[in-house]
Amino acid sequence: MNLHKKPLTVAVALVSLAVMASAQAEISDGEVRIGYLADMSGTYRDLGGPGGLAALEMAVADFGGSVNGAPIVVFSADDRNSADVGANTVREWIDQRNVDLVAGLVASSVVIAATRVLEENGGLGIVSGAAASSITNEHCTPNHIHWVYDTYPLANGTAKAIVEQGGDSWFLLTADYAFGHALEADVTKVVEENGGEIVGSVRHPFPTSDFSSYILQAQGSGASIVGLANAGADTVNAITAASQFGLTQSGQQLAGLLVFLNDVHAMGLDDTQGLLLTTGWYWDMDEASREWAQRYFDEVGRMPTMVQAGIYSSTMHYLQAVEAADTDDPATVRATMAEAPIEDFFARNGRIREDGRMVHDMYLAQVKTPEASTGEWDLYEILSTIPAEEAYRPLTESQCKLVNR
Amino acid sequence: MSQPIDTAAGALPSAVAARRRRERLRHGAFYLALLALGLVAPLFVYPVFLMKILCFALFACAFNLLLGYVGLLSFGHAAFLATGGYVTGYLLASHPGLTPELGILAGTLAATVLGALFGVLSIRRQGIYFAMVTLALAQLVFFGYLQAPFTGGEDGLHGVARGELFGVISLRGNLSMYYFVFGVFLLGFLLIWRTVHSPFGQVLKAIRENEPRAVSLGYNADAYKLVAFVISAALAGLAGATKTLVFQLASLTDAHWHMSGEVILMTLLGGVGTLFGPLVGASLVVSLQHMLAQSPLGNWVDVVLGAIFVLCVLSFRSGIVGEAVKLYRKNFK
Repeated sequence: MNLHKKPLTVAVALVSLAVMASAQAEISDGEVRIGYLADMSGTYRDLGGPGGLAALEMAVADFGGSVNGAPIVVFSADDRNSADVGANTVREWIDQRNVDLVAGLVASSVVIAATRVLEENGGLGIVSGAAASSITNEHCTPNHIHWVYDTYPLANGTAKAIVEQGGDSWFLLTADYAFGHALEADVTKVVEENGGEIVGSVRHPFPTSDFSSYILQAQGSGASIVGLANAGADTVNAITAASQFGLTQSGQQLAGLLVFLNDVHAMGLDDTQGLLLTTGWYWDMDEASREWAQRYFDEVGRMPTMVQAGIYSSTMHYLQAVEAADTDDPATVRATMAEAPIEDFFARNGRIREDGRMVHDMYLAQVKTPEASTGEWDLYEILSTIPAEEAYRPLTESQCKLVNR
Repeated sequence: MSQPIDTAAGALPSAVAARRRRERLRHGAFYLALLALGLVAPLFVYPVFLMKILCFALFACAFNLLLGYVGLLSFGHAAFLATGGYVTGYLLASHPGLTPELGILAGTLAATVLGALFGVLSIRRQGIYFAMVTLALAQLVFFGYLQAPFTGGEDGLHGVARGELFGVISLRGNLSMYYFVFGVFLLGFLLIWRTVHSPFGQVLKAIRENEPRAVSLGYNADAYKLVAFVISAALAGLAGATKTLVFQLASLTDAHWHMSGEVILMTLLGGVGTLFGPLVGASLVVSLQHMLAQSPLGNWVDVVLGAIFVLCVLSFRSGIVGEAVKLYRKNFK
């Protein structure tokens, strides 16, 4: 080929070479682009939602707004808790905006669909809101990390504690999608291993506002414990319906398996006192947590949930990895993130496993009585710590394709 | 349709013939311009977004065939869209060797069979009763998909590979996928165009205008309506199957009755009983949803769409294209 006669070909070849070379070592497009995808308007709005976006923006501001001179750009979208909308948004962000990190990610069904898209296109996502343990089990990908908690420690903490206290016959009320199914499976396993029994269960559509018929079924089951394998507004509605039908007065006890700080705050201590729950973080846990929570409170006007705190923590860790690796290439950043242990106000003894699970200490907590509470947000008492390595599903039981056994 | 019945052009006075020719020329130029627009559009606009518009446009066109030309308001078309999507998605996800066109064909076929079933059960009722019967049947189908293990319920059906068309042309790239979807849309659109302008289509319109009279002329109205219903269901299934291939997932959103409502909205906004109305309506609704979702107005999508719908119904009842055609007729004839 005569190169003098083909200046355009040569130019194109040179430019593409240059682009390829720069993509390896630098930050693509000269910007670190973070897309925040969450339920901004529906059932899960209050546990992540706009408050999570605020936490993410706080992390970006605290980091200084840029990484190695490249500005950090944040944009967000509402996934409406629909797998369809979530996956399409992520696809568009990758195709159109060359997004470097997808953060937030709340409803498990959306997460499973979105991480598939990330895997196909070689992106990176940090899942902070979703609960299903299957996200790092059968649905694991090298392209996402699961940060805050999952259904395995929820079952391992709350369900185990309740069975040990003598609540050995269970009825489960399950949200009918990935998260509910995962929680139901994990709880069933823990209850049966500890000598309890599941006497019945019913699945309700997600989301549901009228729980009366399900509560009546639970009452008719004769179980001593009614386990709520749902979250957000569903849990609040179920607990409210249960109190209207006098479920607890008739001798049954409610077990909220996934209860967030904002749920307890919304329902009030009168209705929730004594409730056992497992959490990944609590604002009043120690000095570092209190300090960060106070800053968040000053900005947003509410105390943060564990999801919102986790979004800050994971974004910080991501940005530090981008800085250390001096690139936003997803695979490199993912590897760099896994090298560094995570010790901040949010995570204790944290590390990222090869299946993408960020394991860290979890806590068994109990909702305070109105008399014991000293303020609007003084809601939990931490009973015990579940060490990081015991809290999560051991890799020996993992079905994840990334785990060599 | 106030035009005189089309006879051989030579039998008409020459002035009329010339006007007809000009008219035809104008139409031809219009169609060609649209075709060219469709061909170059993906170079300027995000192809996946365009594909979404085309899939919904085909869906709305299929629905319009029933509402606009037979006068039957089906409130269960989401069932066909979802059936096409789920069957195609399931086959392509579980049989990696299957080529996409066979997957789409299977999905369309499944929707056609379901359409025949729905049609036989619902076609004897009219008006609100017809709408209610189709809605009830579609809800049954929705519940089936919610519970069936292969659909993944609320999580959706993932991992549908776009694969290679005829085993040769890779559809992984967005551009090649777009031209395939554009081809599918054209095919569907041509089928509708042909149906509407055939003697069969004339009978359908006659039934819409006055069913007892059509029956008195010896037409078996129920059979005609059933065939139209099945064609409409098949095309809705085709739209769903194509959509699944584009997005590589099928979800309950497509089976939900909201979707049946949305297609009515698209058709009415664009102009019911016009060929291009559903296309315009679908473009408008999909674009609005798309733009609003990523703006601060995100939570207000439904409110904005609702307001536009109310405005549209109150001020121009024949829809955007319907009004445009009226204006054109007033000024150019």
